[in-house]
Amino acid sequence: MELTSPAFKANAARALQDAQLQKALGNVEKGFVAKRAAARQALPEFEALRDQGRALKTHVLEHLDLYLEAYEAKVKASGGHVHWAESAEQAREIILDICRKAEAKTVTKGKSMISEEIDLNTFLEENGIEAVETDLGEYIIQLRHEHPSHIIAPAIHLNKEQVEEDFRRVHTHLPDSRDLSEPVALLSEARAVLRQRYFEADVGITGANFLIAETGSSVIVTNEGNGDLTQSLARVHVVVASIEKIVPTLEDCASILRLLARSATGQDMSVYTTFSTGPRRPEDEDGPEAYHVVLIDNGRTAMLGSEFEEMLRCIRCGACMNHCPVYHAVGGHAYGSVYPGPMGAVLTPSLNGINRSGHLPNASTFCGRCESVCPMKIPLPKMMRHWREREFEKNLTPAATRYGLGFWAFFAKRPALYRRAAGLGMRLLSAFGGEKRRLSRLPLAGGWTDFRDMPAPEGETFVAAFNRQRGA
Amino acid sequence: MDSRTAILSKIKATRDRRDETARRAAVESRLARPVAGLIPARGQLDPEGRIALFLDMIERTGATHERTAGAEDVPALAARYLRERNLPARLKRGTDPRLKAMGFEREAALSLTEGPSDGSDLAAISHADFAIAETGTLMLLSGPDNPVTLTFLPEHHIVVVRAEDVGGDMEAALARLRMLKGKETMPRTVNFVSGPSRSADIEQTILLGAHGPRALHVIVVG
Repeated sequence: MELTSPAFKANAARALQDAQLQKALGNVEKGFVAKRAAARQALPEFEALRDQGRALKTHVLEHLDLYLEAYEAKVKASGGHVHWAESAEQAREIILDICRKAEAKTVTKGKSMISEEIDLNTFLEENGIEAVETDLGEYIIQLRHEHPSHIIAPAIHLNKEQVEEDFRRVHTHLPDSRDLSEPVALLSEARAVLRQRYFEADVGITGANFLIAETGSSVIVTNEGNGDLTQSLARVHVVVASIEKIVPTLEDCASILRLLARSATGQDMSVYTTFSTGPRRPEDEDGPEAYHVVLIDNGRTAMLGSEFEEMLRCIRCGACMNHCPVYHAVGGHAYGSVYPGPMGAVLTPSLNGINRSGHLPNASTFCGRCESVCPMKIPLPKMMRHWREREFEKNLTPAATRYGLGFWAFFAKRPALYRRAAGLGMRLLSAFGGEKRRLSRLPLAGGWTDFRDMPAPEGETFVAAFNRQRGA
Repeated sequence: MDSRTAILSKIKATRDRRDETARRAAVESRLARPVAGLIPARGQLDPEGRIALFLDMIERTGATHERTAGAEDVPALAARYLRERNLPARLKRGTDPRLKAMGFEREAALSLTEGPSDGSDLAAISHADFAIAETGTLMLLSGPDNPVTLTFLPEHHIVVVRAEDVGGDMEAALARLRMLKGKETMPRTVNFVSGPSRSADIEQTILLGAHGPRALHVIVVG
């Protein structure tokens, strides 16, 4: 997808005015947050499992090359093929080549964020292969020619009336008089339409939540069952996965599974967790004849050894965006990249460069909710701060911010002067605050006062109060 | 340099090269002797406690269940399930010897077919190899006697599990998997199923029957 992160401010302003979007975003806080809290409450070991998960992924990253080698050997031993792609472009070419060799006309897809990252659908369509998304949310946004606005709930920015409109526009073989007013009718219609597509598809492409080095298995976690139909009914199963998805053993996978669904949707376990190993066995009566895995780097190795290495622990549960006040306000599309919210604010600059995505790590109040709910305990605010530092070092920070910081630093380095200036400023603002004790306009602070009044300071400065109380 | 070498050498360049031998040893031992991590207390119960928890957990996902003393009761229960839901008395199953030994031919009204599903079956019956109390999860292994399409294509999926195969946690299920298949072998798919298919993609409203079965019915035997 085209990165629109440079236009974050305009995107966000538009999102705040969008009544449909604001209504839909209300579902994030209502649904995900309460459900995760209940699931966490019901499992006393949850915090200990987070520590264990962090240690486990840290161990994997320290030995990533060796686990990848072990994983590859096991996939081959089970009759599968492993392909390595350094870039998105390489990955697309590899997948196209597999599809061509299978003489594929239609490809079904399970939900996969990495396939969004490498913009696979557009590329396949350009090369004459129809790509059909089968996850309900992905299917809806594909009909709208949109991108996901959330990594686990791609269509969370939409209301049911919008979905009904799209279904009526696209499913023209069905009678106009049908009733689509309830979500269940929309679901049934999508089920019937997509059911046929699974059987027509030559290749089924899924992502992977985990790759297990011990057995050479890929793991998908879904609630709908679409990923399983995708991989079981096509002749060829292609797994696309980034290299950090590795876990050592089956037991390690079980450990992280305890965190994934609870952090994502508040379920103890997603409905379908499937470990897939190789193509159908000679004696099997169903399943794909060929099994391919495309391992994708696309910027991950550059994060290793940097201050962003810890981001590679991410298991894509979406808890950080579900708990982010900025995400709640503007939704996922405003971020203008595949990955929205706090994890996107760290990952997008790593994948696309800070010069084009500098707004994202700045779109945070550093309230810390994301880090506090992250199952892998990724220090997201700290890493957003690192990106701000890099941005400053590269001279990409806006001039007003740089001068402002320089001005502040001049005083901050001179405590006596700072205290006097702060005291003077406070008295001035207090005087201008008038009877209402509020300021509706302030020089250089239009970004605040255009939207709300600034409360006028009262009483004394912090240092004055501190000294007085310590003296008392 | 090919992509594989390029990616692996980029990773190696950032890892601590001095410890190469130690790194290799750590990986080899972890893979050779898989160790279970922290297992929550929830599922650590006596056999009856595990069954009660399993049924409670899977009921919360929207599945239905019943329990019977003997495997020979299963055909009649399956027939009753279809009748009560006003479904045609037709059932698809794999060639699983445990199912074959149940005497389905005694249910004269029930038309039974064997093999994978082509999408036209309304109802199928499978045998699970294990169940997990902690999360209300069934473990099914794909194979010639248990075609995976039976788990996903029919609208109604009846799954039989033996009472003695209801364990506490996923680690116990994995131990059973290793015992059944040998440490080195995996079936094409291991399917962990926790409830009927569902989606919340439209306005976060949970709806059952997205792409897989609309209904899951569990029969515990023993």
